[in-house]
Amino acid sequence: MPDFSITGVAVIFLAAILTNNILLSKFLGMCSFIAISRNLRTAFGMGISVTFVTFCTAVLNYGIYYGVLVRDAPLCAVDLTYLTFLVLIMVIAGFVQLVEMVIERFSPLLYYNLGIFLPLITVNCAILGVNLLMIDPDRHFGLVQTAAYALGSGLGWLLSICLMAGLRRRLEHADIPRPLQGLGIILIITGLMAMAFMGFAGVADL
Amino acid sequence: MACSKVSCTRENLIQPVKEGIGPQNPILCQSLGICSALAVTGYVSTTLVMGAALLFVASLSTLSVSLLRNVTPHRVRLIVQMLVISTLVILVHLFLRAWWFDMSKALGPYVGLIITNCLILGRCEGYAMRNGPVMSFLDGLGSAAGYALVLLAISIIREPLGNGTFLGYNVMGQSFLPVRLIGAAPGAFLAMGIVVWVVSAVWPGLHAAEHPEAH
Repeated sequence: MPDFSITGVAVIFLAAILTNNILLSKFLGMCSFIAISRNLRTAFGMGISVTFVTFCTAVLNYGIYYGVLVRDAPLCAVDLTYLTFLVLIMVIAGFVQLVEMVIERFSPLLYYNLGIFLPLITVNCAILGVNLLMIDPDRHFGLVQTAAYALGSGLGWLLSICLMAGLRRRLEHADIPRPLQGLGIILIITGLMAMAFMGFAGVADL
Repeated sequence: MACSKVSCTRENLIQPVKEGIGPQNPILCQSLGICSALAVTGYVSTTLVMGAALLFVASLSTLSVSLLRNVTPHRVRLIVQMLVISTLVILVHLFLRAWWFDMSKALGPYVGLIITNCLILGRCEGYAMRNGPVMSFLDGLGSAAGYALVLLAISIIREPLGNGTFLGYNVMGQSFLPVRLIGAAPGAFLAMGIVVWVVSAVWPGLHAAEHPEAH
């Protein structure tokens, strides 16, 4: 049963950041993690954008999924769950487009800083991943839990990409064997990071 | 006709498949589609199903995108590609749910995440939008095959070490103690790092010299 108390929500939030980190335990968002973790500034910008979009789309999609798609939903009695993937990805793509237009209109400076990341976010599997995990029937997430889970997941992703960006700056001066350079060493370091994060097991469990 | 520019010889048709497996391998050379490569490789059986699903979705989506390329307005092309890919992924998802429920459970959200596998969108956007249907189909097939082979290599390391089994059969003997770490998340990163390392040590030319900044 979902736990609606403050503690229950806080546990979900912490678990999403530390023990169930979407990148280090569920491998979501690896492509942008590898491509964008070269410098701390851009990594942070990407992390913030991912957190924002994950949070908003998860809440939006929660409403759509339980309001329209499931059987006997308030707005549509027919079972439309077979359309789930299509609807989720279209909402994400549309939302990203909308955010891009709004930011461009009202805050050119922010657009200049985040603009390049926004199109990449649509195909960032972290966002679709969180959206799919939240509707997992075994979890019975309510709206508050979904919001906490999405926010925590985004912050967890932000944390791991920033850690990686810091590590990669050191790597530039390290003497790495030729075949291991690039993808190889990044994967192995991420593995070590995942191992370190396993140390959080038991702090908060989903 | 599809092959109006290039002649339909056997070599020409095999070329894109070879490229996808070898020099243009999506994982090893372009680091695309890594998420599911890590997630499903704990067991050989899930890896095989994922590989088959990817072959199906990648080849048919590049085929459809290529057929639609002349009627797709440039501005909405990404949405069209996403629609094609999601529809095919829904087919895979429903098929697994109906005929192989255990597998559907085991793969969890990663079936749905084929939609955001950058490998497929990359082939649609980078190749199928500019080439004929037959060649695009083969290109998608080749990339997916290269992807599936790397996944298989990782899972062949991970399942026996992490679980003591191969395709569900006990192969390591009774006294073997499974290394749970290899089956868990860190093992996935380490195993894949080692596969990438070995492959680029054996074929130095295969690994892209400079890593691409962004895709």
